[in-house]
Amino acid sequence: MDWQALWLSLSLAAWTVALLLPVSVFVGRALATRSFRGKGLVEGLVMLPLVLPPTVFGFYLLVALGRNSPVGAFWQDLFGHQLVFTFEGLVVASVIFNLPFAIQPAQRAFEAIPNSLREAAASSGLSPLRALWKVELPLAWPGVVTAMVLTFAHTLGEFGIVLMVGGSIPGETRTIAIAIYDRVQAFDMEAAGTMSAVLVAISLFTIATTFALSARVGRRLGQ
Amino acid sequence: MTLKVTLKAVAPIPLDLSFEVGKAELIALVGPSGSGKTTTLRTIAGFWQPDTARVEIAGSAWLDTARNISVPPHRRRAGLVFQDFALFPHMTAAGNVIAAMGDLPARERAAEAERLLQLVHLGDLGHRRPAELSGGQKQRVALARALARRPEVLLLDEPFSAVDRATRERLHEELIGLRAQLSMPVVLVTHDIGEAQVLADRMVVIERGKIVAAGCTAAVMSDPVALRQLGLREIAAMLSARVTAQEADGTTRLETAGGPIWLPRLDAAAGQRHRVRILAHEVILSRAQPEGLSAQNILTGRVVTVTPGEGPGVLVRVAVGEDEIMARITRRACEMLALKPGEPVHAILKTMSVARGHVAQETDTGIASP
Repeated sequence: MDWQALWLSLSLAAWTVALLLPVSVFVGRALATRSFRGKGLVEGLVMLPLVLPPTVFGFYLLVALGRNSPVGAFWQDLFGHQLVFTFEGLVVASVIFNLPFAIQPAQRAFEAIPNSLREAAASSGLSPLRALWKVELPLAWPGVVTAMVLTFAHTLGEFGIVLMVGGSIPGETRTIAIAIYDRVQAFDMEAAGTMSAVLVAISLFTIATTFALSARVGRRLGQ
Repeated sequence: MTLKVTLKAVAPIPLDLSFEVGKAELIALVGPSGSGKTTTLRTIAGFWQPDTARVEIAGSAWLDTARNISVPPHRRRAGLVFQDFALFPHMTAAGNVIAAMGDLPARERAAEAERLLQLVHLGDLGHRRPAELSGGQKQRVALARALARRPEVLLLDEPFSAVDRATRERLHEELIGLRAQLSMPVVLVTHDIGEAQVLADRMVVIERGKIVAAGCTAAVMSDPVALRQLGLREIAAMLSARVTAQEADGTTRLETAGGPIWLPRLDAAAGQRHRVRILAHEVILSRAQPEGLSAQNILTGRVVTVTPGEGPGVLVRVAVGEDEIMARITRRACEMLALKPGEPVHAILKTMSVARGHVAQETDTGIASP
């Protein structure tokens, strides 16, 4: 059992969730309530990580974040080391490939709020931010929580992109999914089995908890 | 505190109208669906902006496209009751009311919510969530929430259309009772002429975005142009009457300027003044004093005008004291009776033709003045 890899995966997932939470709320809400030119394109781009093979996506990320790219060069200037093959690089890649999981469920949840409720909030004198806090988030939070749980679980399990962008550096980029692969390559089926079981247990626990929570909220609102 | 509205638009529906609502006045915007009445209301509230528009309350502009002024909806003190009530489902009834009290000190809110819920007869249901309330109760919460804002104008968007008829009639009465305590202009959007006639001081009839008739309710209801738009079966007059007795047979006796009438039992004390909506097609006219009829309500008056319609009917306005009632009869009958302005006539009305919802208690502000 590679505890370091598990810890790395959990902290990668936590960072991804923390960074994507505001994105989930504000982008999800904007896509749900606004119409603008090129909205279809934006929605398509958000969904792209879902349909591309992880190796293809990882390849482009490697190129886009690498030492010769503007982003990579900027990072190198700023911190004195490259972005790819580091934990920070993994976080950036993770945030990007989790966009569909973070935005979609939140967007659906905001779409389910009748527009008249937003108008009622405004005509009750609530500013847009207060309306978001007092009316929309209390109604949409099961969707936002689902988004965060999916993001968390998906980050724990992601393999192809992590391998492409991060490689397998112990303590830096070797996540639990990579560690399992390494163990299998080394014919250490027992360790691979233990780690897989732990991953299954964590994923199952998070998803079951979310469903139970949403069901409780649904009952409270009489839906 | 006068509300002045002027708007012009080409799309999504053509609009070109202008009206004013005075302090404590209730104006009804009436018209078929798609005529632009809800769009007008949404413009006042700030949820829609036409090409050219001006909305002004007590001299300050909420919207003026010429001067590029547009106050965002949450800064307009407009209380809005939505057709589907739009209550916040995660808050209790009291919570919904409190949510609209942004500018009241926090410690005063609970008491004020209690007072408003009492005002709409929901004093003991403040702890319930919308899912646990009936349609009529939700409507009352929506009204209390709209008033919690201390609005400069109260906007009612088909507020009675989502409840059953009995509830609607009770809510009408409650609104009439509540009006004595409201000092702001009230704009009611409705497609129900009867509702408008019972509730409104003035009516604005809108057809394809244009005003086809406007004025005090009684005048609009006898204006042939407006009547064509409203539908002939909706033509009716409002008659003032005072409750004199509850009869043993289940009827209520009321005194009008043209004599006594009996109506299906009203829950009212003797002496109370009511306005009774009398549908023109339910009224029979007679030159001679009628005898041996089942109809008990016989009002004596004088013909004011005889207006021929496009079809076989004519509309006869009959003065009964200070009031007027209207009768729709056939041209044939009119010729046979030789009805002319100034002629005495008896108007006959079946007790059972007056629905419960067509009787409303009179309030100081509830009487239309031209």
